[in-house]
Amino acid sequence: MTHKEYPKIGEELYCGRLPNGLSIYVAPKRGFNKYYAHFATDYGGADRRFELSGNWIDTPAGVAHFLEHKMFEMKYGDALTKLSANGADPNAYTSTDITAYHFECTEKFAENLETLLEFVSTPYFIEKSIEKERGIIGQEILMGEDDPDYCIYYNLMKALFRHNPLRDSVAGTLASIEEISAETLYDCHKVFYNPSNMVLCVAGDVDAGEVMEIAERVLPKEPGPVPGRDYGQKEGLEPVTDRVTAAMDVSMPVFIAGCKSEPVEDGPGYLRNELVSGLALDIMAGHSSKLYIRLYGEGLISNDFSASFDAAAGVAYTMFGGETNEPERVFGEVVKEIERLSEGGADAALFERIKKAAIGSQIRSFNSFEAICSGLAGGHFRGFDAYEAGEALASIGLDDVTKFFRERLVPANMAMSIITPRG
Amino acid sequence: MHTLDTHSIAPGINLTCINTDKFKTGCMAINLIGSLKRGAASSAALLPRVLRRGTAELPDMESIAWALDDLYGARIEPIVRKKGEMHCIGFYADFVDDRYIPGSGNVLEKTASLMGSMLLSPAMEGGLLRRDYIESEKKNLIDDIRAAINDKRGYAIDRLIEEMCAGEAFGVNRLGDEQEARDITPESLTARYREFLEDAYVEVLYCGAADSERVRDALLPMLQSLPRRADATLPATEIILSPRNGSVARITEKLDVTQGKLAIGFRMGKAMMKDLDSAAMMIFNAIYGAGVTSKLFTNVRERLALCYYAGSMVDKQKGIMIVSSGVDFGNVEIALDEIMAQLKNVQNGDITDFEFSSAKRSAITSIKATMDRPAALMDFYFDSRVTAVPYDPEELCDRVEALTPERIVEVAADIMADTVYFLEGLDSGDAGDDSGDYDSGDGGDDESGDGMGDAGDDESGDGMGDAGGIEHGGAGGFAGLNNGSASGSGSGASVLYRRNGGS
Repeated sequence: MTHKEYPKIGEELYCGRLPNGLSIYVAPKRGFNKYYAHFATDYGGADRRFELSGNWIDTPAGVAHFLEHKMFEMKYGDALTKLSANGADPNAYTSTDITAYHFECTEKFAENLETLLEFVSTPYFIEKSIEKERGIIGQEILMGEDDPDYCIYYNLMKALFRHNPLRDSVAGTLASIEEISAETLYDCHKVFYNPSNMVLCVAGDVDAGEVMEIAERVLPKEPGPVPGRDYGQKEGLEPVTDRVTAAMDVSMPVFIAGCKSEPVEDGPGYLRNELVSGLALDIMAGHSSKLYIRLYGEGLISNDFSASFDAAAGVAYTMFGGETNEPERVFGEVVKEIERLSEGGADAALFERIKKAAIGSQIRSFNSFEAICSGLAGGHFRGFDAYEAGEALASIGLDDVTKFFRERLVPANMAMSIITPRG
Repeated sequence: MHTLDTHSIAPGINLTCINTDKFKTGCMAINLIGSLKRGAASSAALLPRVLRRGTAELPDMESIAWALDDLYGARIEPIVRKKGEMHCIGFYADFVDDRYIPGSGNVLEKTASLMGSMLLSPAMEGGLLRRDYIESEKKNLIDDIRAAINDKRGYAIDRLIEEMCAGEAFGVNRLGDEQEARDITPESLTARYREFLEDAYVEVLYCGAADSERVRDALLPMLQSLPRRADATLPATEIILSPRNGSVARITEKLDVTQGKLAIGFRMGKAMMKDLDSAAMMIFNAIYGAGVTSKLFTNVRERLALCYYAGSMVDKQKGIMIVSSGVDFGNVEIALDEIMAQLKNVQNGDITDFEFSSAKRSAITSIKATMDRPAALMDFYFDSRVTAVPYDPEELCDRVEALTPERIVEVAADIMADTVYFLEGLDSGDAGDDSGDYDSGDGGDDESGDGMGDAGDDESGDGMGDAGGIEHGGAGGFAGLNNGSASGSGSGASVLYRRNGGS
């Protein structure tokens, strides 16, 4: 295992790789009661077409999420219950590109870690319980359909992308989950849950050697191939349609605009791009930006107004939006601000203080075990060291930010999703 | 580990310092505590938002944002909380610890001073709080009050509390209501501002690496210049021991939802009468409905697959419990029967060793984890200050360890359902309208987040992750304050009892 120290932020990190291909990161946190373990696979809702021994396989929408639900079931019963009964607080989530299983506990860490590693690496799917799970996930999908945040996001994805799997909900649809069988689950587990496609991150007052030893003992010994994936035809930058509107039971209109841009390659550049996007979007629409302050003062937006950038599944896009009585007007104001920033660049003094705030926020994030572990895991899959973020941030200049506005916020590549109050 | 230091600065003004060097940040909160009152709740909720807009020295949002960015992204956010029938308003601040920013100098002092200016020397015009800021924040407050309807699960809980506690201060929403907000003027808000400064009970807390002397020096100028009128006391909370008329009220309303939302309110009964045992209530709640080993989760969700979520939460200050569940319209009666049957099981002592020990382990984990998050730790001590339950987290853990199943049965013995609220779809004809000793009320004013809103939210045992995409910013770091910390709230010296319906 390698050991690195980061004296400026008062952190250290152990990294290693087992013979079976599993990467392990351990962030020792002395003096804390809590332990946190995060076991993740580079597999999410968008990974629907992949290569298995030379053949390309298509799977229905919602398999990664269905698997996440079913992994907890073991011959002995429910692993979720086993961990909870042992004082751990376990959970799991599926995003477009990652499925992660994690727990937090304050006692019996080694035992809980064994339980986590064991259930995630043990496929055990029986038809009867798959049927039952279909009902539970069906309820979850219906609940999503009542949720304006959920609807507005997927409407935007459909407006932006022609083919990309981001168009479909991570959970799938009532129809697509009908197609999922025990065989689908076994196949996808075999492809994506082999240790070479996974990472284990731990934070807490632990011994890194012990974590390695437990993982080596509990997990399968053989490495596996990292599967190839296909996200469909390359997307052009123009959206499918520039507006999509739906009516729901909401108190006031809400919008999210999205802007397509070129995909981001894995590697240290991915981290750098993420940091540049953070600074650029804070300058454009953050809570101390000129635009935010003016629109807030005019009562056009509220403090839920926000912007973010994401790159996954072979595409990249920026989103901004929030509640407003005048979506078109706010959208127009943001576009004008983007044009101004693309032409003239950002104000140097503003850039410096936004960067200062970003440095603070970097340091702050090391309070959260969850942020540490999910950051390390995300960085591992995308090929960068999350702990280098401080150094990378320091090296970013005003030109990088201006370039972001020019290349990634082009009005012709935008679409807007609006939810209006019904009736 | 942390050490604790509490001073009385003046009558009704206390400062608590929690000293620990575990964290990258320090945090601070100033709480002005008044009574939750119908007709005066919106003005209380509006006040910190208006004060946050500008000070005499930094008169607008831009100059405040500039100052906070310059303090390495320090945050100061309004606090508006409901604790029992106390209405707590003020500011929460957090900031990076000096140790991690060489040469930054006095981030703690500068943040404390800015927070003090917001409270004591806000931007004024003609002796009144500024009309433009008031109008702009009134609009935002009204939008927030209306926005409660966007989250149907929280909305069902809010409507339940409004109806069940219609005659009690607890029925008042933390944000007040739309009409009340609309009627606020610069004159009325400025008067409300003076009233809070003079009369409120004040609890100030700090958690971080600075020693208590440094913290006191940073805060003393502000606290000593508060214009106090009289000794303030902690407001009391009225506790109703049993349901009105001894029967269960049923309310059904319709909205455009695809999944029904059930919310059931209970009175905790005799367990509230003396020496409130907050450890026992915590464990009762964990056995019955909080977490994946609870009876509600394992039976209503897992065994019968009746719903996507089913969980309970207990407000120990007010003495009520709420069960919340998402069910198919047609399943509401079966789900309701099962929820009631599971309560009966606890009351009959049908608690397995597994359920009992799992509940204890999970409670202890969450109490200990509290000590690892600065805002949660500060909130734990805030609760213990205002509810007069003088435990530190370690003592609370010891009390949990010492509990017996018999004690849980005692705490649960007198719990009775008071009101059942069901939110059904516009065209779901079949769901039970089979009731009605209670009018469903106006259903018009959609009130929001009473702090109980998202408390019992973590039992679903699974997340859709970031499927929803865009992050809704706002008071991010503040979330720790609102999401019921392990401590919950105990009941202190200042509670009133009333038994309803002559039982």
